[in-house]
Amino acid sequence: MGCAMGNLYDKNSLKEIKGSLEKWQNDILPKWLQQVPEREKEFTNLSNIQIKNLYTPLDIEDFDYNTKLGFPGTYPFTRGIHATMYRARLWTMRMFSGFGGPEETNNRLKFLIEHGETGLSLAFDYPTLIGIDPDDPMAEGEVGIVGVSVPSIEDMRIVFDGINMGEVTTNMTINPPAPVLLSFYVGVAEMQGVPYNKIGGTTQNDPLKEFIAQKSYVFPPEPAVRVSMDLIEWSVKNLPKWNPISVSGYHIREAGSTAVQELAFTIADGIEYVRQLISRGLDVDEFAPRISFFWDSHINFFEEIAKFRAARRMWAKIMKEWFHAKKERSMWMRFHTQTAGVSLTAQQPWNNIIRTAIEAMAAVLGGTQSLHTNSFDEPFRVPSEFAAKIALRTQQIIAYESGIADTIDPLAGSYYVEWLTDQIEEQAWKYIDKIEKLGGMLEAVKKGFPQREVTEASYNYQKQVDEKKKYIVGVNIFEENEVDEIRNVPLLEFDQAEIEKRQKARISKIKSERNKELWERSLNELRKAAEGDVNLMPYILQAAKAKATLGEIMNTLKEVFGSYVEPPIY
Amino acid sequence: MLSPQFTKSEQFKVLVAKLGIDGHDRGAKVIARALKDAGFEVIYTGIRQTPQQIVSSALQEDVDVIGVSILSGAHIHHMKVLMEELKNAGASDIPVVIGGTIPLIDVDELKKIGVREVFLPGESLKRIVEIIRKLAEEKRRLESRG
Repeated sequence: MGCAMGNLYDKNSLKEIKGSLEKWQNDILPKWLQQVPEREKEFTNLSNIQIKNLYTPLDIEDFDYNTKLGFPGTYPFTRGIHATMYRARLWTMRMFSGFGGPEETNNRLKFLIEHGETGLSLAFDYPTLIGIDPDDPMAEGEVGIVGVSVPSIEDMRIVFDGINMGEVTTNMTINPPAPVLLSFYVGVAEMQGVPYNKIGGTTQNDPLKEFIAQKSYVFPPEPAVRVSMDLIEWSVKNLPKWNPISVSGYHIREAGSTAVQELAFTIADGIEYVRQLISRGLDVDEFAPRISFFWDSHINFFEEIAKFRAARRMWAKIMKEWFHAKKERSMWMRFHTQTAGVSLTAQQPWNNIIRTAIEAMAAVLGGTQSLHTNSFDEPFRVPSEFAAKIALRTQQIIAYESGIADTIDPLAGSYYVEWLTDQIEEQAWKYIDKIEKLGGMLEAVKKGFPQREVTEASYNYQKQVDEKKKYIVGVNIFEENEVDEIRNVPLLEFDQAEIEKRQKARISKIKSERNKELWERSLNELRKAAEGDVNLMPYILQAAKAKATLGEIMNTLKEVFGSYVEPPIY
Repeated sequence: MLSPQFTKSEQFKVLVAKLGIDGHDRGAKVIARALKDAGFEVIYTGIRQTPQQIVSSALQEDVDVIGVSILSGAHIHHMKVLMEELKNAGASDIPVVIGGTIPLIDVDELKKIGVREVFLPGESLKRIVEIIRKLAEEKRRLESRG
């Protein structure tokens, strides 16, 4: 079409390139193919997008530099949200950790702080993730395995014993019980004398993806969204340094979605939350700068880089054009990335170090703000210190040795990467249109739409692996019989039963020693608040301070909101 | 009264169950779907099932095989309880298989408590379906013998 100011190619050059491309396709290539045919009938990425043999300026012929890319730190932020990117400050190497009881995790955090880490990231155990206490029958055998058990304000006090909460920031990967864990955190910070404006960190607090993928849901979708929005609203007004939500594609991808679905469903979740908050009367520029995102970085290198770049461009456009944000910060898609847990294999586990390195490179080339690299032993168990150290060193090698971080968005202008970025964006918009037609993501989730799409995609992928249309080294190609090698992987060992016993004992001690009257009143007031439509955060904070346990607070809310039971679709 | 092999459908019936409280249902759903596509009748329980619930579904549905999925690391604990509950219910003849994030070092212990097959990460759908079919056939054979 018309030659806008920022167009990369003029019509005459394109015509010339077209001529020479056709000549190559007709005269040169066929001779080669006759002698050496292509390896596969078709090449596709993990989103099943067909990849051509070669990309040229003709694949991005209308490419307008200024509209599509702009500059780092300028709209639409395709090249990065900061003008300086990694030349000024590297991404945060934020390694997610936690296991056992609060004592074990307190030791681990102190160890990390001694080694210069200020960005802490807490992994919780399953009982904490779904809001039940260690003495709940459902918690039996699960306490402290996949993360730390924090069922009360007292447990949180122990996690941060001897750590100044005004000097660290803490990421908490927690969803339905996020308001409760944040209340424990704020309550302990208050005990330490830390003012609200010094309390920094993140709660994942993304309820919709729980129904789509992570499945640690507790309440049905509508109250789940309400509770989450209460946290955001309260946090925006009270904790200026807190990131109240991390809209997460990670779990959607791990549950088997394609890259396009991960992108589309996560942005659609974000759109739903922005609408919810605006409908509460909040100004978009008041809360949008506090929204952050969380992506998976999977094994198809260029596909992931394109996804990250498309994500920034889409979110900026949505915030500016749909929601009329004025602050640039409101348009920034700030994000954390984790390499793909599902891409790791139990077979030849050492190969996982290489997979993680490739995925981490894609995240850095995609402009992530922080990164967690998985450990090679994670197909088996929570990582050992040895494995976690290699994972961290992988990031350091990328940062300090490889030169990848020395110039901003180095793959911009690659015919392939720009074409792929456009393709992924275009396909993601189609999904977003569909979700909009269903009435937004909350409605789409209630109708089971994204759930079905993810289930279908994960089955298709597995079939492709079984049929060797997609390869996994050590699994369906270059397999080895290597039982001894796997047996020799040193795994993290700890006495789970002992930790469970200790956690149960502490909960029963808390219950017997607390002020019964204060405790009972706080839960009654919480119940009444939940029956109405006020913000629940002050009531949850009050209950947490009155030593109500995680399970008690969640049960009080469940009595009002009910518990979600998923229809078993497969 | 007809003998059991005549009242039962020819189609093998499998219970695919998520035992414990982890929400990772990708594997369970993929297996359920693969079994269905291979001609099995599949009952999928959904997540957060207790051992008691699984035993009662297995008996009620009169299944040929129970397939359990656990990705929380709590597999030894949960499977001990499940196998005990099955025994108490007089249903030890139903073969039980498990898949999930299970370290190789736990395979022997799981087999010792009676789990027939342990599928580690990366197992092919084809092999999982074959083994479950074999176990179902074996169960039917034993039933028809008496």
